[in-house]
Amino acid sequence: MKKVHFSEWGVESPKYWGLLALLGVVIAIAGAATWYMEHNGHWVTGMTNQIVWGTPHVFAIFLIVAASGALNVASIGSVFEKKLYKPLARLSGLLAITLLAGGLAVLVLDLGKPDRLLVAMTHYNFKSIFAWNIYLYTGFFAIVAVYLWFMMDRRMNKYYKPAGIGAFLWRIILTTGTGSIFGFIVARQGYDAAIMAPMFVIMSFAYGLAVYILVLLFVAKMDGREVGDKVLFRLKNLLGVFAAAVFYFTVVYHLTNLYATENHEYEAFILLNGGVYTALFWIGWVFVGNLLPIALVYHPAIGKTRGGIIAAATSVVVGGLATVYVIVIGGQAFPMAMFPGKTIVASGYFDGVNGAPFLYSPSLPEVLLGIGGFALVLLLTFVAIRVLQFLPVSLADEAVDPHHGKS
Amino acid sequence: MSSVNDQGRRDFLKKTVAATSVTVAPGVVLHTLQAQAEPRTTPVTDKVRWGMLIDTSKCADGCTDCVEACDRENGIDLVNKPEGADDALWERQRPHWIRHVKLRDNMTGRITNLPLMCQHCEHPPCVDVCPTGASFKRADGIVMVDRHICIGCRYCMMACPYKARSFIHAEVAEKLTRTPRGKGCVESCNFCVHRLDNGQTTTACQDACKHQAIVFGDLNDPQSPVSKALKQYPSVQIRDDLKLNTGVRYTNI
Repeated sequence: MKKVHFSEWGVESPKYWGLLALLGVVIAIAGAATWYMEHNGHWVTGMTNQIVWGTPHVFAIFLIVAASGALNVASIGSVFEKKLYKPLARLSGLLAITLLAGGLAVLVLDLGKPDRLLVAMTHYNFKSIFAWNIYLYTGFFAIVAVYLWFMMDRRMNKYYKPAGIGAFLWRIILTTGTGSIFGFIVARQGYDAAIMAPMFVIMSFAYGLAVYILVLLFVAKMDGREVGDKVLFRLKNLLGVFAAAVFYFTVVYHLTNLYATENHEYEAFILLNGGVYTALFWIGWVFVGNLLPIALVYHPAIGKTRGGIIAAATSVVVGGLATVYVIVIGGQAFPMAMFPGKTIVASGYFDGVNGAPFLYSPSLPEVLLGIGGFALVLLLTFVAIRVLQFLPVSLADEAVDPHHGKS
Repeated sequence: MSSVNDQGRRDFLKKTVAATSVTVAPGVVLHTLQAQAEPRTTPVTDKVRWGMLIDTSKCADGCTDCVEACDRENGIDLVNKPEGADDALWERQRPHWIRHVKLRDNMTGRITNLPLMCQHCEHPPCVDVCPTGASFKRADGIVMVDRHICIGCRYCMMACPYKARSFIHAEVAEKLTRTPRGKGCVESCNFCVHRLDNGQTTTACQDACKHQAIVFGDLNDPQSPVSKALKQYPSVQIRDDLKLNTGVRYTNI
């Protein structure tokens, strides 16, 4: 394999600044939406005392999960010694950091008291997986930053592999922690399942890689950088495997739930009669998120086109948002099973009378805040690749020959 | 001569009494204030565990006396709908500490009425999940929120099996000193902790229940009415499968 050279993002200045301005506008709109929600209080959102986590959480969790997944590309190169992936590692580490920053920004800005972030940093209840996550997230920033430094600084190259292994282990723990936020909730029928943790890990593989592919193809297209079929096909095949793995976990999650009678009503809600949640599960989670990308990437003709691969990655992202929506909102919308064998026929405060689900419709400011998170990810990424050498000069087939075995 | 001496003695006595009053009186006043303030400054102990038994057979269909009393006692009735808020949505957003629930048995059709509020678990999931420790359990078993360090993440609301907690969705203009309340924090029933800390032994919901469906008291005192009632009648915990050892128990569900 030839020596890989890296360079800054060479997109022309007007385009670059135009792009930043566009993203800046989206972020400013999200900022205004946040100010509106925080100034008035959460009554201006669709969130209630029944659906306590709304659309901002869907975006935040998606981005945080994708963050750890985006690091996989680097891990495959350094931990598993796949040479083909090594030129891709810098962007992978960068996206891991920016995706996490975008996700956390959305999460924090949706707090009831975002001004008390310092309290969250100084008061800890170590029995809470949330408190653990504060350490896992900040630690992830630090570890990936060190990993990138060792990767990019020739003097530190010798420590590159241990740093990569450390970052890989940390990211597995991090996503396990994110999944456990739901896995540990014993109160609600849809959660309280150990499979949540590994399912979130595998979801992160798919979402992170999909975002990686989309960003890589976009930035390469913008400054005329070549991305050869060898690299791209390897990535898209991997995406297909990850989408299939998410599908496998989805099937196992619901089958194990169906085995226990106590979960039948919840399963009927998600799979059959839950209205928007059932639709989002089948159309968004299963079809758009799993089956469609698998079909696209492995299709003998479409799978070999740039358009097909972009469609598959986009499909994983859109389906992933639907997946997180079904988990976060659908899981809350299903009424809690407080009185087994009894039906609540009247309630002074919305207890799922006659089994009716809790209502929620996302409000515009919530959606704008979530989109702002995506814009922040891209803005941070574009600034970083412009000022530092994150991108390989070429990913053409002859530049990255995978047939030379391990280094 | 003697009259002059008497006059001088009288003056001396007067001055002495006056001087003594000036010196001692503030101490007396201070002492009295201290005596009143003492229960608030002494840490609560686990010698007491506050708890409740609710006899659902006495809870009347359509009665909301306990709910209204709680609303008044804890200033929940002062939380006004923000201008421009949607009525139906606001109903789902306004805080509730206690609510009336009516159940029908799926097999027998038997109807049960009961009030539902924070169950003051011995092992509260809301306390386990709170990242900052704002959600906490006092030594006397009361589960409540420290509103100084609540960041409004709502994870406790996700974790509570009884949906007992409320997030304050809007600015609150008027509030009671005994129940401070702020936009962006979570709160729930605290067994009228301000009453208990001032030496009272009843809750507002209990006092308001004309059907005597609610018995409140110290679960650790075998002679308390609640302990005696719990010993006498079979009772259940809601979601006893979670083994949370709730402080609120029910009979005749």
